[in-house]
Amino acid sequence: MDVNDFVKNFADQFEETDSSLFTPQTNFHDLDEWDSLVALSVIAMIDEHYGVKIKGEQIRNSGTIEDLYIQVRGNV
Amino acid sequence: MADHNPFKLERKKILVTGASSGIGRAIAIESSRLGAEVIITGRDKKRLEETSSHISTMATNPVVANLATEEGINTLVDSIPALDGIVHCAGIAQPIPFRFIDKDKIDKIMSVNFFAPAILTQKLLQSKKINSPGSIVFISSVSGVYCSSIGGSIYSASKGAINGMVKGLAIELANRNIRVNCVNPGMVNTGIYDEGTITQEQLQEDAKKYPLRRYGQPEEIAYAVIYLLSDASAWVTGTNLLIDGGYTLL
Repeated sequence: MDVNDFVKNFADQFEETDSSLFTPQTNFHDLDEWDSLVALSVIAMIDEHYGVKIKGEQIRNSGTIEDLYIQVRGNV
Repeated sequence: MADHNPFKLERKKILVTGASSGIGRAIAIESSRLGAEVIITGRDKKRLEETSSHISTMATNPVVANLATEEGINTLVDSIPALDGIVHCAGIAQPIPFRFIDKDKIDKIMSVNFFAPAILTQKLLQSKKINSPGSIVFISSVSGVYCSSIGGSIYSASKGAINGMVKGLAIELANRNIRVNCVNPGMVNTGIYDEGTITQEQLQEDAKKYPLRRYGQPEEIAYAVIYLLSDASAWVTGTNLLIDGGYTLL
């Protein structure tokens, strides 16, 4: 499992946000496009790619994409 | 006059599926308080026993069965007497964006929310275990009939399917005086979202969208079901009873 792949998979859930805005340090809650559909898509992506069931609470408590990555890695 | 009660369920044998929790549990308990002889079924033995501890008028012991399987349905049908009422409460909800659905995910939701109640009803009819007069009630939803939600497309499809089936079934069973109806609740305080995809905070925010400013209680759905099971609704068939705190008005 690699953080850069995770960032790419995370970015794939967005339609309009420029890909250059996605790094491990991105505070994803601040992105204009971030909403409940994208959040559900991220949960579904993590389930599909990594076989990990992330809770909404864990998304809410993660500041950066890397924070979320660490939670997923801890559950793989 | 004091004992006049058109909603009483005395001498009625009523099967409640999904009775181990939430709306199903409340329906089983409240129906028994109005005199019904209740038969409860669910997947979890321990939680079924918890429900049965609140019920004084059981027609049979609780039946542990997974109605998503043919075997589970057969076990149930074989172990119960002829019924005066059936309430289909077993259901699951799993929010998932449409882009992520696949056949397995559709199957999982449809098998519990649509195939199980459909096949169970068919087998009960086939084995002549639904009395005339009788009443069949399906717990549908606002979702799929009046509105939907993000991640709710397949859940909506399963509940919309129930509503469509109810209308056809109501016509076919009318000449035997078996009535078939739906109750369509908005969000009710049950454990259906306990797996945590949706946060408690999101649920609290969502509850504020209801004109009556809260989610429903399971008993508030049970009272509507009791109406549809009782002789008070003897001329009601094929209908949707919307119970949503005003949610779909806006």
